[in-house]
Amino acid sequence: MTEMLIEAKGLARHYLVGRHRVLRALDGVDLGVARGATLGLVGESGSGKSTLGRTLVGLQKPSLGQVLFEGKDTATPEPSFMARLRRERQIIFQDPSGALNPRMTIGATVMEHLRVQGWSRADAQSQAAAAIEQAGLATSFLSRYPHEISGGQRQRAVIARAISTDPAFIVADEPVSALDVSIRAQIMNLLHQLQRERGLTMLFISHDLSVVAHMCSDVAVMHLGRIVERAPRAALFKTPRHPYTGALLSAIPIPDPVRERQRMRIILKGEVPNPANKPSGCSFHTRCPRATELCHRVDPPLRSIGTEHQIACHHPLE
Amino acid sequence: MTGEASTPLLKVENLLVAFGRAKAVDGISFDVAPGEMLGLVGESGCGKSTTALALMRLLRDAEIGGTAHLNGVELLGLDEAAMRARRGADVAMIFQDPGTALHPMIRVGDQIVEALTAHLNISRREARKRAIDLLRKVGIAAPEERFSVYPHEMSGGMCQRVVIAMAMACAPRLLLADEPTTALDVTVQAQILELLQGLVREEGMGVILITHDLGVVAGMTDRVAVMYAGAIVEMAATEELFATPLHPYTHGLLRSIPQLDSGWDEPVPTIPGSVQGAELQTGCRFAPRCAKASDACRTPPALREIGENHFVSCWNTP
Repeated sequence: MTEMLIEAKGLARHYLVGRHRVLRALDGVDLGVARGATLGLVGESGSGKSTLGRTLVGLQKPSLGQVLFEGKDTATPEPSFMARLRRERQIIFQDPSGALNPRMTIGATVMEHLRVQGWSRADAQSQAAAAIEQAGLATSFLSRYPHEISGGQRQRAVIARAISTDPAFIVADEPVSALDVSIRAQIMNLLHQLQRERGLTMLFISHDLSVVAHMCSDVAVMHLGRIVERAPRAALFKTPRHPYTGALLSAIPIPDPVRERQRMRIILKGEVPNPANKPSGCSFHTRCPRATELCHRVDPPLRSIGTEHQIACHHPLE
Repeated sequence: MTGEASTPLLKVENLLVAFGRAKAVDGISFDVAPGEMLGLVGESGCGKSTTALALMRLLRDAEIGGTAHLNGVELLGLDEAAMRARRGADVAMIFQDPGTALHPMIRVGDQIVEALTAHLNISRREARKRAIDLLRKVGIAAPEERFSVYPHEMSGGMCQRVVIAMAMACAPRLLLADEPTTALDVTVQAQILELLQGLVREEGMGVILITHDLGVVAGMTDRVAVMYAGAIVEMAATEELFATPLHPYTHGLLRSIPQLDSGWDEPVPTIPGSVQGAELQTGCRFAPRCAKASDACRTPPALREIGENHFVSCWNTP
């Protein structure tokens, strides 16, 4: 068994909606990321991807369950372990403009990040310079303000901040979704390179399966707060077993008119259920072409169907 | 379905839109045949949306030049009252974000009724009946009940269906769809694209589909115009453009899309650099990022016909 760097155990996060209704953004998630691996996390908006990412890096506290880092519970850490957790776990956000303070230079932003973690001024300066270069920008960018640089460069600055503390684990939450196609490829390659060179462990959140296919060795699919399928990349893309994964894959437009017009497409009927008012049983049954009476009643648990393949479904695809 | 054979529904010649010194659209020409779907693709800031807004005459503080004939009527020269009578009746628009395209405090049915009574001399009762028919046509279940809900009570996909119903209300000859599915999940995007395609086929209207997603373009359009920094750099039938892209930008754009099913571990090819402001440059706008750039590129290249109905603006294309 490979060592899990970070692991969620029975993780749940509940929000109160109005006075009495509970929105279960995470509803019992068990998920581990092995050291050095990049796990892709996909699903529709509202499925709980970002909540899971934020909980794993400690930006939010779970309502139930645990986050383990190197096997140790992160809920009530000793001060020295807490300090390490802050350095070792970092996050990259979707919108680089919103993630940077518009009134601070890039250098000041990265320096502040290091200073609060205890770096001395001199060390923080050299560390910030090294990080910005690793993110593919010249050190002259340290003295620029966010509005003076392009969107792709801003995302590089956000990445520089995240890697400046030499983290072991990074959550990348839709890091390329706000970028144009030609810039997106540049940032994907940068993340890939950093991941390889530094042996980073990464949770890569995206709604775009073709981006995930390029970035991740393993993929987990979320639906309304639960993991419904997890498998190595090749298995998930070639032989998806959960009908939801199948539908997601078939919904992606292929940039090739000949193939795009010939393919068979599963178009889901109906609406994404409201997370504050989830259907009984399997939460996908309202849209699932294979749903039976059993699916209305019983929520299928996540089970193994191969060495590394897990699904939560009563009637998996062949 | 080329614009040459039949009389074009829309003929745009030398359209120019300038905000002060910045030329957002710099002299573009294209046409749309009845029943044809033209894709307008490019990265953010290239002038796609500005083109649509100029045709709808929804830009206030811009200097607009050139002509746009819709069924022989020059739209850009109409006075506001005359344009008002055309807008919605002859040419309609679907916006990216259905949340802001609808009035939050008016029932969705009444918004469609307003679109109908503004142009057609019909009673309120008749308008209500037609609005319900339209809601049914865009795939909204129980349209009589949904008629009187507010936008916030519906999902994003549902709201976009209502926006489409409003656009279709007066059976316009030309529909401008500006990133109609960008704000939606892939599963919902598939539903909305299927709906649009069906409606367009039924009504035989001309459509300009604005999108940055080349996968959507591949599946939906008959012809594609690729824009870069305010100019059309290439235009061809969809299959031709994807099979033999001639402009280096189109070529780079197509290569930089991550594929869902191949080349996972190879770096995604990129286009170096980022878009420069058009006002800063003379000559070809793409030259600073182009591997093929030569001395000739200091003079701006014109769009010229290379193959049958295949137009490209590049000095270094054979």
